[in-house]
Amino acid sequence: MAKVLVVTSGKGGVGKTTSTAALGAALAQAGQKVAVVDFDVGLRNLDLVLGAERRVVFDLINVIQGGAKLSQALIRDKRLETLWLLPASQTRDKDALTEVGVATVIKEMRSKFDWVICDSPAGIERGATLAMRFADAAVIVTNPEVSSVRDSDRIIGLLDSKTEKAENGERIEKHMLITRYDAQRAKRGEMLNIEDVLDILTTPLLGIIPESQEVLRASNVGSPVTLCNATSAPARAYRDAARRLRGETVPITIPVAQQRLFGRLFGQRAA
Amino acid sequence: MSIFNLFRRSGSAPLARERLQILLSHERTVGGRPDLLTILREEILTTIAKQVPVDRENVRVRMDRGATVSTLEIDIDIPHLASTLLAPSTVPLLSAGLGQQLRASH
Repeated sequence: MAKVLVVTSGKGGVGKTTSTAALGAALAQAGQKVAVVDFDVGLRNLDLVLGAERRVVFDLINVIQGGAKLSQALIRDKRLETLWLLPASQTRDKDALTEVGVATVIKEMRSKFDWVICDSPAGIERGATLAMRFADAAVIVTNPEVSSVRDSDRIIGLLDSKTEKAENGERIEKHMLITRYDAQRAKRGEMLNIEDVLDILTTPLLGIIPESQEVLRASNVGSPVTLCNATSAPARAYRDAARRLRGETVPITIPVAQQRLFGRLFGQRAA
Repeated sequence: MSIFNLFRRSGSAPLARERLQILLSHERTVGGRPDLLTILREEILTTIAKQVPVDRENVRVRMDRGATVSTLEIDIDIPHLASTLLAPSTVPLLSAGLGQQLRASH
């Protein structure tokens, strides 16, 4: 029986899709059977980040409307045989996403996978509310920056009130994933530090993903960062986060600013 | 710009933190009602505003939410009543401000 996880944030551009791909791949690399589901109808991108964009035939809306079976729409990853993608529709209207339809698809997926990871669209409208609706747990992706923190707070409120679990009086499990963390800027007091974000949002930390060129490179080549460069700092951080999702206790290390001599001598003038 | 700003850390992150604490406490509602700190802040400001004009721009509020204890710090500039007509100087701290206010009314 799968655990249904929603990756959400409210704000756009914070790293939901990147994190969905990386966490999904990390769980699959650990032998788990994983499906990642793109809920961003009309603006799908999970297929692109996973390098599966040319293999999309059917999508979530086709399955909801009965135009295709779930098994026809699921795309198996070429590198990881336990990782599957259910893409969003790029052409349909987002109103084609219905609560009953999503419930049916998620129910079917629960029996087939260990993890069903729903990649939420930005915002708080239909796509986002349906992505979280049937989740058992949520990963809230937050950048250490005021607008992202504010939107995460709003999303936490929705997770605690509008999900099926919340309506049944149960608690949805929540995890904070801080992405694009720049240790240099945090050290200089220019960026909210980890304690500030956790203190404000009072949600347990799943991991800290450092700002890194490797993340951009991974999406450029269409490969999750945990596969593309497995030894890079963001790959290690995502892998540790995936282990914590599975209940392992892995100590969290806050990335520290590496003092480069050249940067120290010339950094200020250059910046 | 207060003289205290000169001694603050140079980064802008502490200001971001303070602004967020206040904004979110305002936006969060517990069962359709604002939380206790927000209610207290509003009632304190309303009470003071009955006695002296309070410019909301000159009110600094700081909230810290802890597991067992939360703190609410309100720092209000209250115009120096005796001299408002000549030079509108301000007193920086609430306690000092009330002292002026009391002396002025006696």
